[in-house]
Amino acid sequence: MFLIECPWCGLRDETEFSCAGEAHIARPLETEKLSDEEWADYLFMRSNPKGAHREQWLHAAGCRRYFNALRDTVTYKISATYKIGETPPSEGKK
Amino acid sequence: MSKYSIFSLVRNAISYHENWAAAWRSPEPKQEYDALIIGGGGHGLATAYYLAKEHGMTNIAVLEKGWIGGGNTGRNTTIVRSNYLWDESAHLYEKSMQLWEGLSQDLNYNVMFSQRGVYNLGHNLQDMRDIQRRVNANRLNGIDGHVVSPEEIKRAIPEINIDQGCRYPILGASFQPRGGVARHDAVAWGFARGADRYGVDIIQNCEVTAIRQENGAVTGVETTRGRINAKKIGVVVAGHCSVLAEMAGFRMPIESHPLQALVSEPIKPIINTVIMSNAVHGYISQSDKGDLVIGAGIDGYNGYGQRGSFPTIEHTVAAICEMFPIFKRVRMNRQWGGIVDTAPDACPIIGNTPVEGLYFNCGWGTGGFKATPGSGWVFAHNVATGEPHELNRPFSLDRFVTGFLIDEHGAAGVAH
Repeated sequence: MFLIECPWCGLRDETEFSCAGEAHIARPLETEKLSDEEWADYLFMRSNPKGAHREQWLHAAGCRRYFNALRDTVTYKISATYKIGETPPSEGKK
Repeated sequence: MSKYSIFSLVRNAISYHENWAAAWRSPEPKQEYDALIIGGGGHGLATAYYLAKEHGMTNIAVLEKGWIGGGNTGRNTTIVRSNYLWDESAHLYEKSMQLWEGLSQDLNYNVMFSQRGVYNLGHNLQDMRDIQRRVNANRLNGIDGHVVSPEEIKRAIPEINIDQGCRYPILGASFQPRGGVARHDAVAWGFARGADRYGVDIIQNCEVTAIRQENGAVTGVETTRGRINAKKIGVVVAGHCSVLAEMAGFRMPIESHPLQALVSEPIKPIINTVIMSNAVHGYISQSDKGDLVIGAGIDGYNGYGQRGSFPTIEHTVAAICEMFPIFKRVRMNRQWGGIVDTAPDACPIIGNTPVEGLYFNCGWGTGGFKATPGSGWVFAHNVATGEPHELNRPFSLDRFVTGFLIDEHGAAGVAH
């Protein structure tokens, strides 16, 4: 079982959280100018890496706030969690 | 290679079954093939088999990074059905069902396909409306199925709990009599042997590390066993399709998740059909060996670890215990996970890619096993001709650009 460190609440059990997918996907600003390919890339295409992955998590049964985590998708080890808007840590950082 | 029959069985019995020939060769890879299939699971091996059998392409190889059938083919809960809602998927899965029905004879290999029926339970009024709609859609597509009441379910499965006072009461189900289970390892081995008989090279322990291309067309792959050239490459790697797509330089709308299953200790025959519940994420059948085979839902996060989280198992086991209180004291023997490649519309992606000569067959998500022969059938056509088969045309990668998604979350969901 995971223990996940919420940036606001500290270490909590994984069952309190839900994963909300890949982080740092910015909604395009001038959406009326987007081509179908650009829409598809924003809506559907995902990096889905094998290794370090930046993703959004929601502390659903806690403070109900979103934050970002840097997690390895093979070992499932979370190397860092950080608040929305903060600079993501580099991938090797513990 | 000899044909399996009662005579070969008797002949080999005389020599104490010590002289059976290997079911397929393990050749060294050649430098060049007419086509390569990356991924030696059921779908990849079926593709190779139908490429050789239906399209006469025998100078081909299947590259497998581990051992054949060691990925999701050997990790699923072996359920076969074709009761999908939309025409596109119903036609594809029904083609597969028809191939299943003659598969053991076709392959000369007993895949133990057992049409013991599949129940999909409904637990609330909306479930039942969806079930009625799906059954009607199935029947319009010539797929068998009917809606059954809790009493009918109880008559067929006396162990089930149809008490209406529980948290998720059973209000009814859809039943597809032609659905059932097959022996998953035998499917991989049967297709491997069948393809090998046509001269297809099955190369295990051979991981692809790079995809080479020139002027927008594939020329070959780099592998852990050296470079192999081919002008046509079919990629059938399930959970790792994003990794292969990145090697080729494009992105996929796929996220890989762990999906897990577990089996109990062997017990005497108690369940002679397959019972699935989308709502509570549990499905159960009994293997010929006697184990209860239980499938869970996917973990909510991306993962390549081939193992699932404990809370997901707990959730599934709780659902099974509510549906079958009699199983509360059955002990579980083994638990494992596979990596499923989930697409946004819960439908596969089969067809051409931005790179010429490179074809992808992925996105089967939580329910690819049932489609093994049909998937191989259409993908072989796609690889051989360079154009999609009529059955897989709607499942192109383009649909995420055009918006023609095929929303099968209802029939596919998680339960398979």
